Amino acid sequence: MIMRRLFDTPAWRPNLFEELEQMRQRMSRFYEEPGKTTRRAGVFPLINVTENKESYFIRAELPGMKADEIDISATADSLALSGERKIPAEDKNVNYHRRERESGNFSRMFSLPSPIDASKAEAKMTDGILTVILPKAESAKPRQIAIR
Amino acid sequence: MSNSLQAKEKQELAASGEQIKPGPVFIPAADIFETDKAIVLLADIPGVKTKDLNIDLRDNTLTLEGEIMPFEGADESAVLTEYNVGKYFRQFTLSEVIDQSKIDAKLTDGVLRLTLPKVGKATPRKIAVTAG
Repeated sequence: MIMRRLFDTPAWRPNLFEELEQMRQRMSRFYEEPGKTTRRAGVFPLINVTENKESYFIRAELPGMKADEIDISATADSLALSGERKIPAEDKNVNYHRRERESGNFSRMFSLPSPIDASKAEAKMTDGILTVILPKAESAKPRQIAIR
Repeated sequence: MSNSLQAKEKQELAASGEQIKPGPVFIPAADIFETDKAIVLLADIPGVKTKDLNIDLRDNTLTLEGEIMPFEGADESAVLTEYNVGKYFRQFTLSEVIDQSKIDAKLTDGVLRLTLPKVGKATPRKIAVTAG
């Protein structure tokens, strides 16, 4: 909105826009829903990361993939996942009514909030869900401090 | 040259009634194709175990329902959540008549392969007419 003033008083202008900016920030907070997904679909696969005192757990939904089709590599502060989802071809004389599943390759790398011990990392694949367990490095684990 | 997979958000179902256990319900991606003998459905339902999958066929309506047990341990706290986990539900109306006794369902690596054999159409029979 362009405001035209009869008398140009620069002293007013900065305050006006500041107030509008604050209102805009307050309004945009209404649209964030706490507890739901905080990020829109980014790179495949979408992951959920959880942690407890000992390790990080990274889970991804990879239906139709077997353990040896996924490549996982970990360094002290990052994890890389890549692979290819193949959809086996059916006989030639089939008539598709719907085709919603996709195939293709994927590659994703992300960094972790604290260092991990890559030599103790484990991964398992069950029912199309990949779970990677990354134990935290000793220096990153929380230590209880006794008060004397 | 292979294409790269794009991340897609799971499609949520707008529930018509209320569920007993609250939580999101998702529509699984499905491929459906037909051969001369059967209709085959392939659905991506990662995380559903065979005992938690319900397949129902009545009155020409095929219903798939898969429950998901939560994966996270009780002591885990979330760091990043990019996808939600919830049960899967999808319904289809079948136009063909299916031989219910020969339905085959296989669940491997989170993919359900459901084979619905079609009932053979009545073979035409010539009817002899006798003059009487």
